[in-house]
Amino acid sequence: MKLSFKNLIILSLTFLKIGALTFGGGYAMISIIEREATIKRKWLTSEEMLDIIAIAESTPGPIALNSATYVGAKVAGFLGAFVASISVMLPPIVIITLISSTLTKYFENPYVKWAFLGMRAGVAALILNAVINLGKFLKNEKRPAVYAVFFLSLTLGLLSVFHIISFDNIFIILGTIIFGIIYTFLESFINKRAKKVLTPNDKSDDLKNKNDLEKK
Amino acid sequence: MNIYLDLFLSFLKISLFTVGGGYAMIPFIQSTVLSKGWISPELLINFIGIAESTPGPFAVNISTFIGYNLGGFWGVICAILGLFLPPFLIIITIFYVGKKFSSNKIVKGIFVFLRPAVLALILSAFSSVAYATIMVSDGGTTYFNWFGVILMFASFISMRFFKKIHPIVFLFASAGLGLIFYGFVL
Repeated sequence: MKLSFKNLIILSLTFLKIGALTFGGGYAMISIIEREATIKRKWLTSEEMLDIIAIAESTPGPIALNSATYVGAKVAGFLGAFVASISVMLPPIVIITLISSTLTKYFENPYVKWAFLGMRAGVAALILNAVINLGKFLKNEKRPAVYAVFFLSLTLGLLSVFHIISFDNIFIILGTIIFGIIYTFLESFINKRAKKVLTPNDKSDDLKNKNDLEKK
Repeated sequence: MNIYLDLFLSFLKISLFTVGGGYAMIPFIQSTVLSKGWISPELLINFIGIAESTPGPFAVNISTFIGYNLGGFWGVICAILGLFLPPFLIIITIFYVGKKFSSNKIVKGIFVFLRPAVLALILSAFSSVAYATIMVSDGGTTYFNWFGVILMFASFISMRFFKKIHPIVFLFASAGLGLIFYGFVL
């Protein structure tokens, strides 16, 4: 698309609207972005939108922000990415700043306290609900290593949350990334080995011996 | 350390390690904010509740809250800048360099394990919020909040049962019921 002032204005207005009107962030926002960008504005095809969702999910940072940046870049390059991501953040920044400057004064008010004590139960339910929704992938998961990572992370997470041991959560993520890389390499290495063993050549005996050693 | 620099660096780190959206951010926000003693666990849960029930990405809302609470307007700017920079730079790089990023074999392999790890961290964040719901500490005394336990399970079951209704509705409902019950019944 041609980079023009008008395009940037439309891009900015679209993402201001998305930022001001979408509740819940993340996935809720993706469906709105999809509607605006593919159907209404025809900036992207639905295949491109799927690619964007995949990238937004597999890179660090909030999904809503990631997809806004990518859509902006797609529409109007670097400047577009900047305009789209700032626009999507601006309404919530203004709204929350206004709420913070007024509401926090009332946190000691008993009525406000009671309402928030009730809401606390709702927040707990909301997070548990998200865990159930996000955990659907486990239904078709058979690899024991995935469950091992889950339970190890859960144990470490709980120990940290209840101050039994103190360490930064990011080490769980870093450890998982390293484990994922090693696992992927080992898996493809072993698969290659298995193929070689199945098609014998002059070195097959040697390979078989090594494979046997690995099994032990 | 200067609070503005601290906010910027903390949110830079939180943003860099949040993979998979809003909820994945809660455990990192929790551990950072509480270990630095920035705000109390109860206030953080209040903020999570408001951030979920106001428009905009959850991550932006909660960062604005914490930034404003600690450093006013400039606190917000520093927190948001930290939140914004890593994803912005990464997405721009992927856009110009490698669009095949998410179909890369190693990236896929990492995500096989990152998903359960993030799920486990969100689940442990839930347990601490659930604990704060069950055992409420108020001005030095801690008591068993049996109404909160009922409200928590009722909200959860409603969310699972009425999937068409936005979960925020139940968040507001629990606040309303809390006000009525703690204020006028107990």
